[in-house]
Amino acid sequence: MSVATLEVRNLQTHFFTRAGVVKAVDGVSFTVGRGKVLGLVGESGSGKTVTGFSIIGLVDEPGRVVGGEILFHGQNLARLSEEEMRQLRGNRIAMIFQDPMMTLNPVLRIDTQMIETVLAHTKVSHEEARQRCRDTLGMVGIPSPEERLKSYPHQFSGGMRQRVAIAIALLHRPELIIADEPTTALDVTIQGQILAEVQKLAINTGTSLIWITHDLSVVAGLADDIAVMYAGRVVEDGPVSEVLDKPLHPYTHGLIGSVPSRNKRGEPLRQIPGMTPSLLKLPPGCAFRSRCDRATAECAAPIELMELTLGRHARCIHPHMEAVAA
Amino acid sequence: MTVYLLRRLLQALLVMLAMSLIVFVGVYAIGDPVEILISPDADQMERERAIKALGLDLPLWQQYLTFLFRAVQGDLGRSFVFNEPALQLILQKMPATLELAVGATFMAVLIGLPLGLYAGLKPDSAGSKAIMAGSILGFSLPTFWVGLMLIMVFAVQLGWLPSTGRGETAQFLGLRWSFLTRDGIAHLIMPAVNLSLFKISLVVRLTRSGVRETMLMDYVKFARAKGLSPRRVTYVHVFKNILIPVVTVVGLELGSTIAFSVVTESIFAWPGMGKLIIDSINVLDRPVIVAYLMIIVMMFIVINLAVDLLYSTLDPRVRLEGKS
Repeated sequence: MSVATLEVRNLQTHFFTRAGVVKAVDGVSFTVGRGKVLGLVGESGSGKTVTGFSIIGLVDEPGRVVGGEILFHGQNLARLSEEEMRQLRGNRIAMIFQDPMMTLNPVLRIDTQMIETVLAHTKVSHEEARQRCRDTLGMVGIPSPEERLKSYPHQFSGGMRQRVAIAIALLHRPELIIADEPTTALDVTIQGQILAEVQKLAINTGTSLIWITHDLSVVAGLADDIAVMYAGRVVEDGPVSEVLDKPLHPYTHGLIGSVPSRNKRGEPLRQIPGMTPSLLKLPPGCAFRSRCDRATAECAAPIELMELTLGRHARCIHPHMEAVAA
Repeated sequence: MTVYLLRRLLQALLVMLAMSLIVFVGVYAIGDPVEILISPDADQMERERAIKALGLDLPLWQQYLTFLFRAVQGDLGRSFVFNEPALQLILQKMPATLELAVGATFMAVLIGLPLGLYAGLKPDSAGSKAIMAGSILGFSLPTFWVGLMLIMVFAVQLGWLPSTGRGETAQFLGLRWSFLTRDGIAHLIMPAVNLSLFKISLVVRLTRSGVRETMLMDYVKFARAKGLSPRRVTYVHVFKNILIPVVTVVGLELGSTIAFSVVTESIFAWPGMGKLIIDSINVLDRPVIVAYLMIIVMMFIVINLAVDLLYSTLDPRVRLEGKS
């Protein structure tokens, strides 16, 4: 088996605030194979965005990657210098952000913002760089790219801006794209278009994708594998269809149950009671146990991610095994 | 664009008209210049002759209309005291004030912007803390006191710089300027520094807060995620965004320095417009006061227009056409 594009092992990213140490990411592990799409799912504050920023080396003060390995083609990114990281960013690893209205600099033209990305990593003439930008804009479905290059971000709609951001991410044909909820701020129809576009590009170019989202329906259609995060940890992972059909961890179970379309009409919508615990003083053991209907006294002891069935892991001692067994 | 400029011009005329009326009535209300201008021992006949000669015998509205009629033709009246056209009097003093104000503003931008940038990028470093503490001093120390201290240290004790006057001047565009001669520049340094302290502090604080705010924006993080060098992120992505508030404030500051640098001009005996206007107010030299304020209003209008035009080049989202 060839080396995976990205292998994250026991990643720990902590924020050293005045109120104490916030363990935003505390022991996250997953693997993304070449050309594969990993859905990283979780609620707000579960650490999925910080995980993304940790991989690309953009965790801001007072946060720091304090432990674990981020192996990109076997090379540990956590050990690289800032300049070595800069050469990777936007070149071999790209990132797409959540809010397309905020990711493009409002006072710079699209061509400036694209061409600078090309020139940051390759020595080509300005004209060649421009040509490359024009082609990439066309590739992500922007009509008359030559004219659009001369526009400013505010002259684009949200969906178009996200296409520009995706084009920027694709300029160097990266091996890995980290997409942080890139369709959350968009209309459903635009969301569908962008998803289809990205999927097509990933298949055509062999790019691996980490798709960070809280929307299970997006992951269901797009991802090969899924990792569910809760309070800074991966609580369950496995192939997407199996995890969504037969969730093992009670949290995943509740999350899937909370999707409104899965509920029966006329019945009150199902929900997970309570709220995510504060990351400042996380109790040992299962972080979900205060909201879990299966919790027992044993759940207060530390629990590792365990392989429960072939290719499927969960961090739980009372998993929903009956579904798998059946 | 043309429509926009025309509308701005029309607005400017209306503002100037309103301003002239307010100033005219205001100065009239302050007091009667006759009491100051005419010697107390003059007899009634002389008094009335003088009043008539100055045009002060007419009712206020007639005086105003006369003023307005002449103003349209470019005549803002003659000084009661110097018996010279008020406009000419002011324009003679203008270069002195202009070079002082522009010098101080330049200094504020050249010093304040880099310091603010540094303080914004490294907010926790000792240097930044020193800069911010210094800016509090710059804000709160009274100008006259700083001016006196400067004179005491650099003119009296060290003897490096002259303390009063403009020094040698040279002719340029038909006006006399100090900044063209060595001696003139030596004279200019202290008053300009004195005036710029407050402005440097202002620019430092504005730049710092702008940088800190902008650094948190998604587009800065995205720029870094593109693999741009830190230098490019700072000087292109951040810098262009923080210039917008800085330009606004510096523009307004330039205007108010030209108009109201009275204290500094008095301390350094700098023969500028500030000193002229204070003297004119003391003797109620109405034409000079009115003309001066009209010029100041016009200057503010021009500066504001320049700032707006600069805006539209800095921020593409600003449309000058406005609402139609």
